[in-house]
Parts: sequence; structure tokens; C-alpha cells
Amino acid sequence: MTSQLTADARTALTRAGFSRRAFLKGSGALVVAFSSAELSNGLDRVFAQGFNGAGSSQLDSWIAVGRDGIVTAYTGKCEFGQGLYTAQMQLVAEEMCVPLDRVRLIQCDTSMTPDQGTTSGQQSHPANFNRANLALAGATARESLIRLASARLSVPAADLVARDGVIASSANPSRRIAYGELIGGQRFDLRLDANARRKHPREWTILGTSVPRVDMRDMVTGRFEFVHNVKVPGMLHGRVVRPPEIGATVSRVDESSVRDMPGLVKVVVKGNFVGVVAQKPWQATQAAERLNVIWTRGAVLPPQASLYSELRKQPARDTLLVDSGDVEARLASAAAVLRSTYRHPYQMHGSVGSSCAVADVQGDRATLWSATQSAYPTRNTTAMLLGLEPERIRVVYVRGSGCYGINGADTVTYDAALLSQAVGRPVRVQLSRRDEMAWENYGNAFVIDQRVGVDGSGNITVWDYEAWSAARGGRPGYNTPGNVVTGFLVGARPAPIVPRTPAPPPDTPLNNNLNTAPSYIAGRVGDAARGAGLVRSERVLSHRVVSPFFTGPLRAPERLQNTFAHECFMDEVAAHVKADPVEYRLRHLNHARLSAAIRAAAKAANWEPRPSPRPRSSRGGLATGRGISCVCYEGDNGYVAMVAEVSVDQNTGQIQVTRIVVAQDSGPISNPDGMRSQIEGGTLQGISRALGEEVTWDERRITSVDWRSYRSLPVGFLPPRMDIVLLNQTDVDACGSGEASITVVAAAIGNAVFDATGVRLREVPFTPERVRAAVRANSE
Amino acid sequence: MSLFTLRVNGRSHEVDADPSTPLLYVLSDDLDLKGPKFGCGLGQCGACTVVVNGQATRSCMTPVNTVKGEITTLEGLATSAELHPLQQAFIDEQAVQCGFCLSGVMLTAKAFLDRNPRATDEQIQQALSGVLCRCFGNARMLKAIRRYADGRTA
Repeated sequence: MTSQLTADARTALTRAGFSRRAFLKGSGALVVAFSSAELSNGLDRVFAQGFNGAGSSQLDSWIAVGRDGIVTAYTGKCEFGQGLYTAQMQLVAEEMCVPLDRVRLIQCDTSMTPDQGTTSGQQSHPANFNRANLALAGATARESLIRLASARLSVPAADLVARDGVIASSANPSRRIAYGELIGGQRFDLRLDANARRKHPREWTILGTSVPRVDMRDMVTGRFEFVHNVKVPGMLHGRVVRPPEIGATVSRVDESSVRDMPGLVKVVVKGNFVGVVAQKPWQATQAAERLNVIWTRGAVLPPQASLYSELRKQPARDTLLVDSGDVEARLASAAAVLRSTYRHPYQMHGSVGSSCAVADVQGDRATLWSATQSAYPTRNTTAMLLGLEPERIRVVYVRGSGCYGINGADTVTYDAALLSQAVGRPVRVQLSRRDEMAWENYGNAFVIDQRVGVDGSGNITVWDYEAWSAARGGRPGYNTPGNVVTGFLVGARPAPIVPRTPAPPPDTPLNNNLNTAPSYIAGRVGDAARGAGLVRSERVLSHRVVSPFFTGPLRAPERLQNTFAHECFMDEVAAHVKADPVEYRLRHLNHARLSAAIRAAAKAANWEPRPSPRPRSSRGGLATGRGISCVCYEGDNGYVAMVAEVSVDQNTGQIQVTRIVVAQDSGPISNPDGMRSQIEGGTLQGISRALGEEVTWDERRITSVDWRSYRSLPVGFLPPRMDIVLLNQTDVDACGSGEASITVVAAAIGNAVFDATGVRLREVPFTPERVRAAVRANSE
Repeated sequence: MSLFTLRVNGRSHEVDADPSTPLLYVLSDDLDLKGPKFGCGLGQCGACTVVVNGQATRSCMTPVNTVKGEITTLEGLATSAELHPLQQAFIDEQAVQCGFCLSGVMLTAKAFLDRNPRATDEQIQQALSGVLCRCFGNARMLKAIRRYADGRTA
């Protein structure tokens, strides 16, 4: 049977996490999914899914059972370090009632797996672990197997029990039949059954447990294959030559500058895209450095120092999420009004590994080995750039360096495809550190104005939010390759931002997907009040302007920036009315799960109820304090509260985060240790972003282009003590947990610094210089 | 191009390379090793770390013609089918997210502890002050390294 597999199908299977030997023993599972005819023409074989990332309604697209009972599952949601591969294996094993070692999982290969769009936004649990897609496929398959066994054994389905891949009569366990005998090597030919019963978390024996990561042994022994390690026969090595300045275009490429270089295969120019292809990677690196390209000057960039005021001046696309219409009147009649402005810079994904991809473009078909989070969308957009039919392109997901959103993985896939097409051979491309950092899609810069009015009792009666944020491009999706630099350089355009002022009045119920609305407002539109809070006089107005730099989703995109502003401002108001920050939040919330998370975090932190700042013993020197922040992530995708404890050296401006307490409710927990790991990593990454990370530039170019000029905390920094409270909720849907914790970190630290020092930090990152300046200003 | 003989993970390899080629390129491209990774090419992140004669070395910045002696990559940490105790400690602590940084973290710690077996937490942190993990598995990694350090001196 294996002879029916193409070479790259075999490679894909190996990459998908199990050895060819295991596959050979697995006998049959893939015959279900692929007939030999399909395999011999694999690129034409796309399952029932369309182009919209909607998954598939066909059970056979998700699950296949081999003659030996091995269950092979196909998922469109990929692992990139968050533990999802292991969790999805647990899910399949649980629903199918088989041990974990009898599950094989194939992720994100456009010739094999359902189109589930992009793996992002901690959306994989909502998508695959509730009552649709992979979870529903497992439940549908289990029920189908029970029905088949009932007929075969002449035992009523209600009297049958599935366990370890065998279905047996509960009255007479000798009447039994294994999955492989029931359906091994055959199709189910069923649609997903919306009524198939998911197992309740109370019944779980595999899900809900801390199964260790299945990929870890290969990683710690250096045997795990990343996309950086992919090799295909005849593969050449490419490097790109990006413009020296933003907006610079190619005047001329002097190929004679590299003509004599050993190993050089070709200089490739397509529009403003320039690259070289050579026999060996070092030859390609040297050729790219030596190639003399004459570029036009780029655009003059807005001065970094005045970025936030520049944002306010640009033509904007305005969006009103909520508007009760009475904000100005309520502010005018309030007992007191507070106003503040918060600023959040561009930040980077800054993957440790420079992005890499391998492409093999042969005539009208292509295979791409890519670490993209978006296999199908990347297939379609690469097709646009190459002038091929999407169905003739296969994207095989192979893991890369942790991405935290759209790092260089998508753009380097285009680079490899363009260079491969130009030379007609497979080409591997790895970006230089500078190319990675100077041209990635940064997390958006934000400036946020807020006003709040309080009544005579100190309660908030009105909340006004108005923000300006800069964006350019983003994820390419299925049809916008110009959203990342390579697509742009060959002539595609980023999605336009069409100015619109004023914003039309809100006419759909609040969708707080980007956490634009603070948790404390009612969020009323028409008859629906979908906010998490009680404040009924409310306005949430956003201005989107064009960024000089590419931007895109960076872990907790926009939600982090918004939550920083909301949660610090809430703290300011609480301090103004001399209320305890925990009690004050609870007083304004109308959301049981978020309130429960706040109470749990406060309890675990031994929170002492009192207003901030704490009574200070002395100015100058070390000061300690604590702060809280919280969020309903994406409105309804996980509920988290965090207490940060800090010590601040008021002389040096150095902030040390000494303790973090997190309470998080993400519904039923698939893997408690995996969730803890995500919360820990998100928290520490959040500390790094809050304390030091900021994209910088001069008049014409990005200047944060390596780890000296972009400050990430290293492995050796002293992590705070972390206490994590997992709030396992078993009677609700599963939410994600990869992004929630990072969302609240900057605010929790900022609030703790205020508690310690009485100094309010309103701009990320909280560098020692900024803290020193704020302390000085406060004491004057 | 010139011929070089490299001792890697206990075996000798003859490679034909431009003398200025960074050792990392030879290990990855010519010898098909997957442990050391290209992170920055500037010696700033540690992903390319190998151990040369007991010293943690940034292979992305080390021309192949300057390398003399025994090279150990992450693949060579364990000498038998058994995991090296440091590898086991990382598994025990589940101290991995994407895994790309592991050569930098594990081999830097290993080389440091070989020379400083009774290192304090602060000294271990100092040794890892030039190594990056952008998934921020830091807390677990430091625990895993402590576990390994305690085990080898016990």
C-alpha cells in the first residue's frame, strides 16, 4: 500500500508526527482517506471543504480507522508550541474511546486535512473542542461504531460499551468486536451528526489530564524536524534582498556584482522583490550581501517621538461599537470627571528563529513546506503570486520557531515560492535577522483617550473610550498577499483602509472580539446589552489610520493594548474615589465568571483590601506594591484576572516583578499542565513586552533589527513566583487559553507600580528611563 | 572550497566547504544535524549553540576553519539510547514550548554546570543571560536546570 503513497505524502506523514514504520504498521487508515487514484493525483484531491475555512461536514475528512484499529485524525488547527497537538490527540482518544498511543494526528496539509483557515486567537479550543469539527467528528464516529457493532453483534446499542477500541456487551463482555473489524479500511460515509453526544468532562479519562507533550522527547534530543530542517532532493538555497528603506523601489540590479561568486545560480528580480539562489546556503548569504541593488529613496517616516500625535492627524476609518448618545451630558453632570491618555507602541513577534520555508514549484504545480498558521489561505495567496491554480498547490505545515501571530512565516513562504518558480527547482529560504525584524507585521501602535464620570457615591456613571490605532496589511487571508512584505514587493497591495468619518451608529449587538469595550460598560445596542458591566452611559469609538509599517496579529492583538488602557484607567478611577481596586471592579461588573476569576486571584494573592497607592514610608529607594487587572478575553473566550506584585527602585527606575497570581476560567480544561504552561509563558512574555519591548525607527528605516536594539528579557532573567489558579468549569463550552494571560500583564504591573509609588505609567514599555522620569515628575 | 575534518558527537566527518562558512551551516546543511538552529546569525540568541571542547560556542559566528576539537550538538548530549539527565529534567518539567531555543538553553547550561557543578541559581541565571526563549518557558527551564544540577551533585 505504501507504494501508492507519493514521496511527499510519505514525508508529510513522517512530519505529521509518526514514523513511516508506524505508518506501515498502521495499515489501512489512509486508504480510507486516499484511494491510490487520489494519491497519484493528490494535488487535485481536496476534501469536501471549501475555501472559507469552514472545516468539513464529512466525517471521513476528520477521522479514519485502520484495519489494526489505529485511529487517524485530520485537523486544520496546528501546533506551534502551545501544546495543541497533544491536546487534540487527547480529544480524539477520549471521544473515540481508544488509548492515546492508538491515535495518529495529521495537521494542516492541504492535500489531507480540512480547511480550518488560520490557527490563531486562542480559537482552536472553541473550534475543535466543543460541538463541531474535530470533537463532533470523534463523537459521530464513536456512535457510528456502536451502531455498526449493534448490528453485527445483535445487541441493542444501549447495552454496548466502547473501551480501548473495542465495543462489548455490558451484560456479556465476551460478545465484543474491535473497531478495526467493524470499519477498518472503509469509509464511514456519514455527515457529522450535530446530535452526537460529546462526553461530559465528568466522564473524561484522557482529556482533562496532564498528558505530557508527545513531541518533547524528539525536541530535547535535537531530532525534531522543523521547517528549517526540511530537505528535498535537488534543493537550492535562496536569500532575499529587501529594500534598505521603507518605500524604496528598485532602480537597477547590477548582476555583475555577483557574477563571479561560486555557486550562484540566479539573481531573481520581480518588481521590487529581489533575491538570489545558490547551491549552498553560505553562498546565498554572501551573494545577497554582495549584490549591488540601486534603490530609490524611501518615504520619510513620522518621527518616533511624535508618533502618537501623528496618529490623531491621519484620515481615519471610524467605528462606533457602542454609543448610548448621552455621554457628553452625563459627563457634564458628573460629580467628578477623570481623563487619561494611554499609549502602546509597535511591538514585534521577534521569533527566536528567523523564518524559513521550502518551495518546489514545477510548472503548474507546487509544494510548499511552511510554518504558516494558515495552510489553506497561504495556498490561495501563493497561487495568486505564482499565477497558478490553488488546487495545484499543496501546503504542508511543518513547525517553525514560535510565532505568537504572523511572524515572517507567511512572507518567507512567498519568498521561497517566487525563487523556486524562477529557477524551476526546490528552494529553501531563510531570512536574515534584520529581514525578519525590519519587515515583519508588528503589533499595532495605539493611543487611547478615556473619560469617566463618577457620581457622589464614587460610582462610575459614564465611560467614554476613543482610540487611534495604526494598521497596514495583516494576515493575507485567502486573497490579500499584499498584506505582507513579499506580496507587496511583487506588486500586490495591502487591504485598504477606507477613511470614514463620522462612524455610522452601531446597529448590531456588541461583539467585543477585540476587547475594544472595557469590561465595566453595559454594551447596549438596541435591546441587547452584551457588555460585562453595569455602566449604561457609554461610547466606544475607534479611529483606524494607515501605518507606515506592516502590522498584524501579535499575541492578544489589540486586546492587550485596549486592556492596558481600560484596566489602568479603572485603577485610576478607583484610586480617585479611594476604593479598593478589587471591590471597585466587582462593584461595576455584571459578569459572574469574570467576577469569580477576580475573587479567586485576590484570594490566592491574600489581597489586602485598601485603596491604592499604599501609604508610603519614604520617597526614593525601593517601593513595593500590588495591582490587579482582568479581562473577558475576546468578550467571551476565557476569563482571567491577574495580581502582580512589584518592587520598584525609584532611583534607577528598575521594576522587578516579584510575584504573579493568575486565576483563569477557560471552561473545561483539556490538559491542566498544558494550560499552566501557556499561562506562564504568556505572563512572562507579557512582562518582557511591558518592561522593554518597542519597535524603533529613524527618519527612514527601522532601527530595532536585532537583539541588541530590540530588548527581550533573556532566559536568565529572574522570573517572578507564579501562582496559577485554574478555574475548571465543566458545564460550559471550552475556551482558549493561549492569549488571555498576556492581555492583562501590562495593566497589572502598571497598577502595582502605582500602588508602590503613586506614579501612574501610561506608556508601554515601562523602561527605567520612563519610570525614573515619572517618579521625578511626581515628586516635583 | 577546502576539506575539513570535524569531530562531531564522537564521529569524524570530512566536509568540503568555503573556509569562512560558519560552523552552523556545515552542521545543518552538510551533516544534516537538526539540533543547532539559525536564530540570528549574530551570536545574540543562542539557538545555534554547540559545545566545542567543553565550551558553549555560538556556531553561527564560528568559521569552520577555526574549529579544532570535539563538537557536541544537542543530538550528541546522550551517549546511549538513554536520555541525558538534563534532557530527562526538561521532560520532567515539561520545559518546552516551540522547542527552537533548546540548543542554546540546554547546552549553555550543560557546559556551565560541567565547569561549575555547585552553581547557585543566580550563577545559572547569569550564565543564561545571553540566551533567548521567546515562548518564555524560562521558569520551567530554570527549574529543569536546577533539577539536573541537584541530581548530578547528589
